[in-house]
This record gives sequence, structure tokens and C-alpha cells, in this order.
Amino acid sequence: MAEKHVYIEPVTRIEGHAKVSIYLDEKNKVKQARMHVVEFRGFERFVQGRPYWEVPVLVQRLCGICPVSHHLAAAKAMDRIVGAKKLTATAEKVRRLMHYGQTFQSHAMHFFHLASPDLLFGFDADPAIRNVFGVVQKHPDLAVQAVKMRAYGQEVIKATAGKRIHGTGAIPGGVNKNLSLAERDVLLKDVEQMVAWARSALGIARDYTTAHLKELAPFGSFDSNHGGIVRKDGTLDLYDGRFRVKDAKGSMVIDQLDPMKYLDHIAEEVRSWSYMKFPFVKSLGPGKGWYRVGPLARINVCDRIDTPEAEAARVEFMKLTDGKPNNITMAYHWARMIELVHAAEKIRDLLHDSDLQGADLVVKGERQFEAVAVIEAPRGTLWHHYRVNENDQVTMANLIVSTTQNNEPMNQAVMKVVQDHISGKAEITEGMLNHVEVAIRAYDPCFSCATHALGQMPLVVELIDVHGNVIEKRGRA
Amino acid sequence: MSDTVTVTIDGAQVKGRAGQTILQAAEAAGIYIPRLCAHNELSAHGSCRVCTVLVNGRPQAACTQPVADGMIIENNTEKLTNMRKAIVEMLFVEGNHFCMSCEKSGNCELQALAYRFGIAAPRYPYLFPKRDIDFSHPDIYIDRNRCVLCGRCVRASRETDKKVVFEFTGRGAHRRLGIDAAADLADTDAAVADKSVEVCPVGALMRKRVGYAVPVGQRKYDHKPIGSDIEAKRA
Ligand code: SF4
Ligand code: FES
Repeated sequence: MAEKHVYIEPVTRIEGHAKVSIYLDEKNKVKQARMHVVEFRGFERFVQGRPYWEVPVLVQRLCGICPVSHHLAAAKAMDRIVGAKKLTATAEKVRRLMHYGQTFQSHAMHFFHLASPDLLFGFDADPAIRNVFGVVQKHPDLAVQAVKMRAYGQEVIKATAGKRIHGTGAIPGGVNKNLSLAERDVLLKDVEQMVAWARSALGIARDYTTAHLKELAPFGSFDSNHGGIVRKDGTLDLYDGRFRVKDAKGSMVIDQLDPMKYLDHIAEEVRSWSYMKFPFVKSLGPGKGWYRVGPLARINVCDRIDTPEAEAARVEFMKLTDGKPNNITMAYHWARMIELVHAAEKIRDLLHDSDLQGADLVVKGERQFEAVAVIEAPRGTLWHHYRVNENDQVTMANLIVSTTQNNEPMNQAVMKVVQDHISGKAEITEGMLNHVEVAIRAYDPCFSCATHALGQMPLVVELIDVHGNVIEKRGRA
Repeated sequence: MSDTVTVTIDGAQVKGRAGQTILQAAEAAGIYIPRLCAHNELSAHGSCRVCTVLVNGRPQAACTQPVADGMIIENNTEKLTNMRKAIVEMLFVEGNHFCMSCEKSGNCELQALAYRFGIAAPRYPYLFPKRDIDFSHPDIYIDRNRCVLCGRCVRASRETDKKVVFEFTGRGAHRRLGIDAAADLADTDAAVADKSVEVCPVGALMRKRVGYAVPVGQRKYDHKPIGSDIEAKRA
């Protein structure tokens, strides 16, 4: 009769804000666990009537965490609007460099600041040490590397976009600057160090995962589809390609999806209890069609990686599951570090490419009125869809961000963890609630852009009993 | 000889010619008096009051007030700077100026003034007015969110372009930039090469599809504050 309700709110050490509610019955058995996000679709309205060339800059206000991904996704859509079918080599490579810089800094920051406290101290460790300051004390070398890697990624962004945040580098049909030799030389100086640090971070994530595989394998894990973009030949490509979805066993569900046709294959389900939508593959239906995105999904769906160290790491990673998709939630961290190495290798390759100093920056063609673009943001596949009228004004915008695609997966992970670690326990400890957050953090969600709010939101976890009383609440300011 | 007048600006003797405004005489001497509605190629308007100086202790608009022999002029004082700051801050809160995503950023005189004055955030509450935009013209657009009602386009259209494309309508807080057509800029004889389009100090009257073609670092005010070019002329 007595039913309890647990909320976890805000989930700490993730970007943004959401609320997890855990409903318990009188025996502390879990009846239901859900992650809610308050949605505010401010951006879609905000962008109405604005000129299309403004959108790649405007859209960065959506998210302070990966503004470059939005900048580039919008720029790619606007390439189509201005009829630029193929960018110049310089433009494409400058944009790629910007994108790898973003991925590098985002992944480095997530691993050290958000994930490593749990991995280095354990999920049940005293929260007083289980935080980034604890990491700084116990592993000062790691902390310094984290800060420098983040700063390096930001320097790459600044050199290509003009500013660390809210740059203007990508414009419809190309870029507004190349990479000068002076800018290149500054970045070249430290690039080997960045590759080396990325390699050692990968080592930590891999060793941690393999050493704790027994506990980690079932932790918040479940079978699911996986989605990400790949090139024509199946090679991983974070900047450009076509969407692919594989099921939990590795069978192809969608391959080489033309972004312009995404609406034929992907739909968003609305559920009464959540403001954040639930995207799914239409042919499988909402019950079975949801999919994971992000590092784990990308490594699962691609056939190869085109940089040697990351490829070797991918092969090793896939061995763990005999080449089949890896469905372990906590394997996200390892996959993310493979991409960290990949991004570092890509940055290094690009810095040695003289195309970056080219002078041909912009192309144009026949004007179009509708465009969809897709890119792999650090957190997963990101879709931008716009309509633009003859007066050059945006009349419609629809964005599907990675965290929205990971909505159902995160809910699955939460339910799994709650059932395994909280359900039926006489007493609910901080450590148990942290388990819920650990599972969510694996997805590196960003609720500020998932909700299309202009700004940031924190996340809360609450435990509420049958009478609706909050019996436990945790969060951060 | 009788043509020459001598004034004192912030204690320095400045020679000017009769008929010059204080602003012009100061500028010729390498002294920058902040301004917004004034433009070197257009007649003076005296509406924004950013150029206010004290002449023998009394506030005057430097862009309209002619120099006269013996004037004691105060320009670069804390009190005047603070007043100019207040004006610029009022302009910021009165419109919708989102520098972060505005394509005029780095080339905008209003933003440049704010930087020069060291304005971090306006002291007044934002009004977030509802203003309209006009994208009907194939090559030019008006974004009234950013219009500071300086009247440069109004004057340039008449004086340089020999057209009457723009005119103010309404009074006081309801004053807005009107056009010589029932509704759309497309129905006026505005053209992309018009002087009026070139002189807008902010991002309100703009050429289409230029956007962010100039990268950060190469924009007009990226390296030196507004007025530096004038100050560089000072002997
Ligand atoms: S459109 Fe520009 S030039 Fe015309 S009044 Fe407004 S701010 Fe001044
Ligand atoms: S510049 Fe003198 S009043 Fe505007």
C-alpha cells in the first residue's frame, strides 16, 4: 500500500539538468524509474524569420558544451541551402579540424572531470573524495593533462572558428578563414603530446573496463540498436557521412541513409510523462526502434577507423564481444577514449596537410529551400533540419540532438540499475543513488541542448514514497 | 586669418576653422569625441547626444555646435564619459542587441563604443521590445531590433542617394524607422549600392548574404578601439 517515490535530481557531474524519479512500493521494491527533462523548445521559435547565414552562429547559443557541433551542423545545412554541393578542400579540412578540436576537448573533459571520479575511486566511494577535486589530489598529473588537453582543443577551435566560444568560422558554402602557418605552428608544437596523453587516457579506460568487467558488464546494460554516421565504405567519420543503425546482434537496420530522407526512417515519439521526445526507427516501431548514439554506438556500427592507433584500439575493443556490438553501458568510457585518440590523430594529420593554407574558401550553387544535415557531435548523432524562404528567412527548424536519441537508452539504464542496486533494499544509501548517476553519466548527456533551452539546467534525483513524500533528494546547485 | 579660431579641449589648445563643428575641429587635431549619429559624409543630426561635451561648462552636442574663439571645452572627463556610457547602455536595453550572434559584431559602432567605455552589462533593465524585420528586398534587409534611430540612413538616402527611401515615423518611445512604401522595403527604390545601406552604424540596415564573411580577428574593431584612427593623427 505504501508506495515510495525516489527522485534523483540533479544528477551531478553531467551537463545540464534532468530529474530522475524512482517509485518504490512499501517493500522498497521499485515500481518504476524514469528520467524526466523539462523541455523548452526555445530555439526553434527563436530562429524563425532569421536569415539563414545567421543560423550557424545563432545556434551555438543552444549549448555551451558543444557549440561547435551545432555551428557545423547548421553550416552543413546552409551549404545545401546555398547550393554548395562540394566544399573546397581547404574549407572541408578547416571545418574538420574545428570539429576534431571540439571532440577532443569534450571527450577529454568528460573523462577527467565527469567520469574519472567514479572510475578511480569506485561508485560507492565517499562523495567527499569522489569528485574532480579528489582526482586532482590523488592524480595531479591526470588533472594537469585534463586541463591542458581541454585548452588545446579550445586553441584548435579558436584557430579555425576565430573564438573559443561562439566563433564564426563555418559560413554557408565554406569557411571565412584558413589556418595560417603561424596558427598551425603553435598547434603543431604540442600535438604529439596530445596524442600521447590521449593514448594514456585510453589505457586507463581500457584497463579499468577489462579489470572490472564482471561488475561492469551487467551495470545498467541492456541490448539495443546503435546508430551513427559512416562513410560509403563503412569507415567512421565524425564530420560527414550517412546514418547507419545496427541491432544489438549486429544486423544492419538502416545503412547509408541520406540525411534529406531522415523523416522517412526516423520518428520522434511523445510520451505523456516526458517533455523530451523519444526518437525511433520507423520500420521497427517505437517499442523496438529506439537506438543508442554516441561513442559506444559509433564504434559498434563502423567497420573501421582511418587512423592507426584508434583502429588498433577499436579492433581490441570489438574482440571483447567477438566483433558483435558491445551493449555494455560502461563501455562508453572506453569507446569515448578510442575517439579521443582518433581525434588527436586526425588533428595531427590535418596540421601536416597544406590544404589548410589554401585560399579557396567558399563555393555556391543553385539556391535550395530545404536542408537537412547530420554530424556526429561528441555525444552522438546530431540532426539539423531547416526550411528557408525566397527572402532568405528561416521558416522552420527542427533539431534532433544526441541526448534526445539517448533518452530511451538512459531510461533503460536507469531502470536496470535501480532494479539491480536499489530495489528491495532496506535502506537507500548515497552510494546507491550515485549508481544511477554513474549509468546516466556514461552517456555524457547534455540536457541544455536536448531541451533546446537557451542556457543550462542542472539535474536532480529524488526518492518519493507512496504518499508523494520526497524521502530522499540529492543534487547540486 | 580671421578664419582661424582657437579653442581649448581638455586643456590643450586646438586651432580650428570658423564654420567647423567642435567635433570636426577636434578630429582634425587628433582628438576623438565619441559619436554615434554623426557621420563624416553626412549632415549633422544631433540626436544621439553621445558626443556631448561641456562648452564653458554647458552641455552641447559637439557634432552640431560650431567652434568659436576662446571656447573652453571639456571632453574626456569622468563625468562626461559616465554620461555617454549611460546613453549607450540605454540604447542597448532599448533594442534587442545580441552581439554574440549578430553579423555586425566586430564592425558595429554601438558595440565598439561599449567596449571603449568598458561596459560589461547595462545598468538598466532590458526592455526586450517587439520589433519587426523586413526581408522583402532581394539584397537588403532591415532588422529593427538593432536600429538605434540615428537617422544616418534617412540622411544618406536624401543627401547622397537622392532618394527618399527612409523616414522616421511615430514620436518618443514609438519612434521607428519607416520606409517609403506601404509595407515592404522591396516596394521602395532602395538599391544595394545605396549610401544609406553603407552608413548604418549597427546591424539594422544590412546587405544580404554577407554574413560572417570577415573572420574574427580581421574585423574593424577587433584590435583597436573605436576612435583610435582619429587619435593616431594627434601630433
Ligand atoms: S537603420 Fe541604421 S542607419 Fe538607419 S536609423 Fe536605424 S541604426 Fe540608424
Ligand atoms: S553624434 Fe552628436 S548627437 Fe549624435
